[in-house]
Order: sequence, then C-alpha cells, then structure tokens
Amino acid sequence: MSADTAIRVLGVEKAFQGLPVLRGVDLDVPTGSILALLGSNGAGKTTLVRILSTLLMADAGTAEILGFDVAASAREVRESISLTGQFAAVDDLLSGRENLMLVARLRHQKNPDAVADDLLARFGLTDAGRRRASTYSGGMRRRLDIAMSLIGDPPVVFLDEPTTGLDPEGRLEVWQTIRTLAGKGTTVLLTTQHLDEAEQLADRIAILHDGRIIRKGTLDELRALLPTASIEYVEKKPSLEDVFLAIVGPTD
Amino acid sequence: MTTNILADTGVLTGRSLRHILRSPDTIVTTVITPIALLLLFVYVLGGAIRTGSGGSYIDYLLPGILLITISSGIAYTAYRLFLDLKDGMVERLRSMPIARSSVLWAHVVTSLAANLFSVSIVIGVAIAMGFRTGASVAAWLAIAGIMVLVILALTWLAVIAGLTAKTVDGASAFSYPLIFLPFISSAFVPTESMPAPVAWFAENQPVTSIVNTLRALFAGRPVGGEAVIALGWLVGIAVVACTIATMIYRRKIG
Repeated sequence: MSADTAIRVLGVEKAFQGLPVLRGVDLDVPTGSILALLGSNGAGKTTLVRILSTLLMADAGTAEILGFDVAASAREVRESISLTGQFAAVDDLLSGRENLMLVARLRHQKNPDAVADDLLARFGLTDAGRRRASTYSGGMRRRLDIAMSLIGDPPVVFLDEPTTGLDPEGRLEVWQTIRTLAGKGTTVLLTTQHLDEAEQLADRIAILHDGRIIRKGTLDELRALLPTASIEYVEKKPSLEDVFLAIVGPTD
Repeated sequence: MTTNILADTGVLTGRSLRHILRSPDTIVTTVITPIALLLLFVYVLGGAIRTGSGGSYIDYLLPGILLITISSGIAYTAYRLFLDLKDGMVERLRSMPIARSSVLWAHVVTSLAANLFSVSIVIGVAIAMGFRTGASVAAWLAIAGIMVLVILALTWLAVIAGLTAKTVDGASAFSYPLIFLPFISSAFVPTESMPAPVAWFAENQPVTSIVNTLRALFAGRPVGGEAVIALGWLVGIAVVACTIATMIYRRKIG
C-alpha cells in the first residue's frame, strides 16, 4: 500500500445474528485528510468504526490502519489510533484534568501533568479543569472527550458522531476543534448523519447505504453527479440557526 | 507486556480508588448492615443462643459477620464495572494500547482494598463491643490471608454479575443470596440445632468451613481438616469465577 493512504478498507463484511450490516465496504482515506462517513441511522457507520478501532472483528475482508491489519496487528493499530464514541466516555467522578491525566498515564506519556495542562488550555477548559466532569455542559464534555483522544498524538482519529446531542454552540465548538486537528496533519474519519456537518468539515465524503459505500468523492465531485444547476433567484432568509446564534452571541 | 499489565492495572486501580474516596457512602453502606447485625445478635438475640463453645457470643459471631461484610461490599464492584461498560469507558480503554485484562484486575484490586478497609472497621466495632481474641501474629496473618481469598473469590463472582447485568439493579442484586448464605451455616448458631436436611446443607456449604476455620484461628486453637476444605472452596471459586469472567469479557468485547 502507498504511504499516503492512512486507512484502507477492502471488502469488509459484518453480520449480527445473520442480519448483514456491512456487505462489502471498500474505502481509502488519504493521510492527513478528513473523511466524512455519511449515512442514516443504522446504516452501519458505528459498526465500521468499531471494526477499524479493533473493538469488533469483521466476518470477511481486510482493514488496515497505516499498513497494520486491524485483526492481526491489533496492538500496533491501537498505538496509531484513537476513538471518540457517540457517548462521551469521560469519568464523571474525576475532574477534567484527572481524566486527561488518566489517559496520559495509560499512554505512557513522560510528563502527564504537562500534557493535561496543555490540552486543557488548547480546548478552553483551563478554568473548569479542576471541576468534576459531571458538572460540565454537553459541549465541554465532548471537548474533553476529544482532548482525551488526542493524547499521545495518534496519527489517525475516529470521531463517531461527534456532535450528536449537542446544542448549536457546542456543535460549532467541536467543528472548530476538528478543523484544528486536520490542520496538524491528523487523519480524521468522522461519521455523521448531518449533511451540513460533512459539507463543513470534510475533504472527502463517503456515503454508506445498505451496507456498502455507494458514492465517494469530494463535495464538488458529488455535486457533479447531479444535473448542472439551474440559476434561480430566491430571497435569502436567515436560518433559525443564524438567528439563534446572533441572539445568544458568540460562545466563550 | 507483563510490566504493562502491572503499570496499567496500577493506573486504573488509582482511578477507581479515587471513586471510593469521593463516594465514601460505598464504605458506609457496606459496613452498616454487618454492624447492625452485630448489635442485634449480641445485645438482643444472643442471650438466648447456646453455642456450646464456652466463649462469649460475639467471639462466636464475628467470623460470619465478616463474611457478610465482604458479601455486601463486592456488590459495588459489579456496580462500578457495569457503569464502566454502559458509559463507554471500557470501549475507550479497549481501543487504547493497554493490557486487556488490566481493566478487570483494576476493579478486583480496588475491591480488595475497599473490603479489607470495611472488614477492619467491623473488627474495630466488634472489639469495642467486647470481642476478644487470643490469636498469635501467625494466626492473624492466616486470618488476613483467608479474608483476601474470600474477597478475591466473591469479587470475581461480582465481576461476572457486572459483565452480564442488563440493569444497574441487576448488577448489585446478585449479592443478596450471598449475604444470606451465612444464616444457613454455623455462623450464627451451631448446625446441630437445625433439622437434618438443613443441617446437611449448612455443614456442606462453603461458609461453615470458612467460619469454623476463622473461629479456630481467632480462638488460638489449631485449625483442623476444615481449613483444607475452606481453602479448597475459596481457591476453587476464585479460579473458576476468574476464568469465566475473563471468557465473558473476551467474548463480550469481541
């Protein structure tokens, strides 16, 4: 495989109790890009992410992260990836800082204190760092969750529906975080059911439907699939989201 | 890899010990039932119970009460493990390059620390109520060793409960039968006073041999063949439960 492909998936199949969820998924993600995996609920997005992050074995096909097979070289894969699930897995009884320290120690970082403080600062959580995570807002929790997955600078990051359940402000916070990540050369595979999220963040988009990737490409390539746009003049009204964000002001 | 298991288990044990420090009610609720039973049986019912052992009733009673303490304490292991699974913490840990079994061992080591602490509190209360022992240092070490084995055996059962439970209530409910088991043993009254079938069960279930061994150690008497039976039960339960728990964990997490 070429060095500029971070994630390579070939013919991956998975069934649960005889019910096929993935029916032969093929997917390549170039190093340093953001790929949005788009699909409706139950399309198999989470199943694919769980296979790629060594939590689940595929029934057939192969998947490689940086050239390491997810089944045969699980340990090397785990060294290279991090996963942020749909449900922010932070420890409620620990403070934000302690959560970061926990992961830093488990990732054998030389100076867990410095790692934690640096991430708190980068994610705007310094003031809240010593408070228990149970007191955090949804957006803060998700930022902490993502910060925890960045410890040790894994070159490949899986974000499984990173903005599910967040209010519009929290969503923008997380989007900003993801953009910063990709700016640093991290490969990001992001699953989402929100089309605007894919449009906002992704270099490339893959549509998972009925257990297969039915379309993939850049946004422009996908747009080109439709007949040439006809030009219509419509009155541009602000969306409710525009109004809401204008009224409540920018997030701190 | 082996050094990783120790280091990772250490880090994760630190995490769950912190949970206990931050919710000390888990210790309080663990020791409150055994202390209430001590008070009830020593000051209310004990006067009417003839043990035939000659010593005071609290000396007779304490070993069984210690087992009840551990039985109620291990429910928290099932509870904490269940929450880790439900909240996605186990998934997070499993997608990281850490030793797999360290997740379970951290909960087991935490249970060991918490239950030894609870047992010490109950022994302290018993001493304040008049419990006296002629145990030598060696006997105390043997008692501590048996306590550790009891905690390990029951905690691994709790791990199975935590891994297989569907609800929080289910995760901790399994310990109720364990708390009751000492009542049908020699823990409170001699088995000779029971009807034959009940006495047969009482004499052949693990609690009786464990309680009798502890009682002999506390009294400074030599332990008999029952100590071998007790150790057999404890090591057997611990090994079988640990094996089953590890298998369930591997299967559950793919």
